[in-house]
Amino acid sequence: MIDKIASLVNADAGLIRRGRFVDTTFLIAIDDAYTLIRIQEGRVVKVTPGPFITPDYSFALRASREVWEKFWQPLPPLGFTDIFALVKQKLMRVEGDIHPFMANLLYFKDVIASPRRETAR
Amino acid sequence: MSPRYEPITGRYLNCTPLGEPHRLYVEEAGSGIPLLCLHTAGSDGRQFRGLMNDERITKNFRVIAFDMPWHGKSSPPAGWQNKGYQLTSRNYVDLIVGVADALELDKPVAMGCSIGGRIVLHLAHEHPERFRALIGLETAAFTAPYYDLSWLNRPDVHGGMVCAGVVSGLIAPTAPSEGRWETLWHYMQSGPGVFKGDLHFYMIDGDIRDKVDKIDITKCPLFLLTGEYDYSCTAEGTLAVAEITGAPATIMKGLGHFPMSEDPEKFNGYLLPVLEKIKNL
Repeated sequence: MIDKIASLVNADAGLIRRGRFVDTTFLIAIDDAYTLIRIQEGRVVKVTPGPFITPDYSFALRASREVWEKFWQPLPPLGFTDIFALVKQKLMRVEGDIHPFMANLLYFKDVIASPRRETAR
Repeated sequence: MSPRYEPITGRYLNCTPLGEPHRLYVEEAGSGIPLLCLHTAGSDGRQFRGLMNDERITKNFRVIAFDMPWHGKSSPPAGWQNKGYQLTSRNYVDLIVGVADALELDKPVAMGCSIGGRIVLHLAHEHPERFRALIGLETAAFTAPYYDLSWLNRPDVHGGMVCAGVVSGLIAPTAPSEGRWETLWHYMQSGPGVFKGDLHFYMIDGDIRDKVDKIDITKCPLFLLTGEYDYSCTAEGTLAVAEITGAPATIMKGLGHFPMSEDPEKFNGYLLPVLEKIKNL
């Protein structure tokens, strides 16, 4: 699922425009499986699966596989529709230097939810 | 061809609800029982345009929405540039009662959403005799902070964009795109620190858990409507208030935290039966 993020984001001109000032690398943790996602000018330019010895990233989103699978359903169940819904229920942790995340929140929410479109196909 | 105006009219009201002069923007449509609408934190009265444009509502109700001071087209009070904005329970109650008096409303119905859904509990507790009925949308007795509110007002993050980003997930995922993005546009237009100042009431000062059991719905009927996707106030939070007070509560399918603006048509379908009951009180 996560490997589809690059093609889904990069095919969405409106999303790229919204994130045109974003230049960062963030980490998605599904249980203890880690993936680094590099963003430049709103495009996903590199997706690197772990494991890593010294991963270098700004912020990380960590949740269990079960939570991510619900979150990425085309129409997620109640309580799994939004990152902040998961954070409120302590089902997800957003940590690290979260400035790029908060400063581009509408962009990152749609980037991170983009696999929903793949599962909808 | 004559201009295609909506039935909504807007005017500026001069009043002193908090002991100082205010210039507040007020919109209204319809005639009959006054229905005073209270917008959500960091937004404004435009959220209620779906009610004001629905003849099924305006034929029996005079729908009125004012922008709170600092919000929408209402001005902040003179000298605002040297103060921060912070909403308290006391100020919010006094504002609503003061505006109702300034508008010379006779026992209006007050309907509020989110912070407005909370303040109707304060109104029910403090001023039940002043209102014909109260409607709480997205009502809970308390919501604890679930993110660091300081992100909402700092110079290195666009305030409008972060406020919209924070609330975006509270809208039902099934909401029509136009309603979703109009709701977010209102958030993007909020003044610096205004949403954060409102959340001081929502997440700190407005906690009414210790008084809910003192609300007497025989003095003033209370109705509760909450969107199923609202993870901020939550259906559980609403049902807890309903259980303690005895107020009827409906959990609205396919709606979130901003029912009246994210999907007005669907919301009005839930609101009309409540208004029918109030009409017949």
